[in-house]
Amino acid sequence: MNAQATVTTRPTGAQRAMRFLLPVIVFAAGLAAWELVVRIKDIPPYVLPAPSVIFLTLIKDWAVLSQSLATTLATTLEGFAAACIGGIALALLFNQSKWVEYSLFPYAVVLQVTPVIAIAPLLLIYLEQQTAVVVCAFIVAFFPVLSNTTLGLNSVDRNLAGLFQLYGASPPQTLRFLKLPAALPYILGGLRIAGGLSLIGAVVAEIAAGTAGAGSGLAYRIAESGYRLNIPRMFAALLLLSLAGIVIYGMLALISHLVLRRWHESALGKES
Amino acid sequence: MSSVKTSSGVEAGLAALAVSLRGVTKTYDNGVMALGPLDLAVRKGEFISLLGPSGCGKSTALRLIAGLSAPSSGTVRVARHEGEVQPGHGIGFVFQEPTLMPWTSVHENVRLPLKLARVPKLEARARVDDALASVGLADFAEAFPRELSGGMKMRVSLARALVTDPDILLMDEPFAALDEITRFRLNNDLLALWRSLRKTVIFVTHSVFESVYLSQRVVVMTARPGRIQADIRIETVEPRGEEFRTSAAYSDYCRKVSAALAPSYSGQSTL
Repeated sequence: MNAQATVTTRPTGAQRAMRFLLPVIVFAAGLAAWELVVRIKDIPPYVLPAPSVIFLTLIKDWAVLSQSLATTLATTLEGFAAACIGGIALALLFNQSKWVEYSLFPYAVVLQVTPVIAIAPLLLIYLEQQTAVVVCAFIVAFFPVLSNTTLGLNSVDRNLAGLFQLYGASPPQTLRFLKLPAALPYILGGLRIAGGLSLIGAVVAEIAAGTAGAGSGLAYRIAESGYRLNIPRMFAALLLLSLAGIVIYGMLALISHLVLRRWHESALGKES
Repeated sequence: MSSVKTSSGVEAGLAALAVSLRGVTKTYDNGVMALGPLDLAVRKGEFISLLGPSGCGKSTALRLIAGLSAPSSGTVRVARHEGEVQPGHGIGFVFQEPTLMPWTSVHENVRLPLKLARVPKLEARARVDDALASVGLADFAEAFPRELSGGMKMRVSLARALVTDPDILLMDEPFAALDEITRFRLNNDLLALWRSLRKTVIFVTHSVFESVYLSQRVVVMTARPGRIQADIRIETVEPRGEEFRTSAAYSDYCRKVSAALAPSYSGQSTL
């Protein structure tokens, strides 16, 4: 462990800069090649738009696209919040009673392994569209929160648990001062996965709802632009979705780091 | 917990006893008999060591005394604090590992037993500071466990056990994982604490040298199921210090204890 730590101390400023710069250079080179091929071969935008065209479309259609982005983000956020609350609450319930866990866990697994794209059309029949979309995001995102929290609550140090018993800790005290803090790194790991998944769930549901619905999320824009052969706008919407996913992941990773940095191995600086 | 009874004045002979085990056995769910039958009486203020091979049930005996598990048969009696301290707080427990909560500071770790007993913050702060000072860690209250060395973590663990001012201190091979120099220093510090605080200490170890150095009585246990093989009183000039470690009397006692321990290892691989 120590030996490894001393080896990984090495990355100097220059190395760190390269780690950041290299992907950017690759990205720029890729874009340039793309632009070049489209121009030289004179490919029409409805087959493959050049990056510059996509960028211009993003600016030109910003009014429509930003509206859609806001809609999709709101759906994602609602699904994510529901998944966090639902997943953690269910895990706490499982932790309190083995019987509840035995009774309900198989259904959580069923919900997880059934492809959401197959459930979405059914949900759209029974629920209002906006609700159905949020429920889809929830279904996809809640399982990692549930399973990670369960894992965390079960990985409490046995001696610490004995200590709490010795000092006569009440169940709420044990939960608050021992189980939840011990499970925190696992919970945060689950949330990091759930963030990206709730975006996927929202997009899948929007696609399933398709043009039939009154929705106006980014995925709906992609489907709609596809029917209209507005390929540059498809790319622009895709770009926004991808950026949204990156920002969601980055924010959750940052929160996790800030919460754990003083004690958990996963967030510790390399020098110690 | 149900089998742990408060010693009453009815049995006058027990009044001076801190801990008494009678015919105690422990059989695990898988049928393995880990302990006993075991009879053990520890007087108030006494420092005794339980010495024996791995798996002889010494840790089990400690957990029974702490009330962390119940005996399969027999009785465990533990004298309780007189006064206002809540049940269970008459005992401090130090595990083999420091067993600290990594997510919070040294101060909060030591405050844990008081927090669980809902001691007001201000009073708790003073007691935590005292406990930390008594193990020489007054300056590390705000540090996190991972920032400390193995020996310091063990001191924090000791401070946490002392913060409730228990009558009885149970220690389960607390220094086994430390290097020799750190262990010797902690041995001396523990003896100094014991002399000044006059707690009853039951110290589990598998080191002959540590048991003889520290305790007034060395209780040698047999291999599983653990019974008492020998009960050897260590008598020397108090207070003990480093000179005892190199004295002829010390090596005589070590030889005697080793001889008593030898049968416990017979039939086992000498490795």
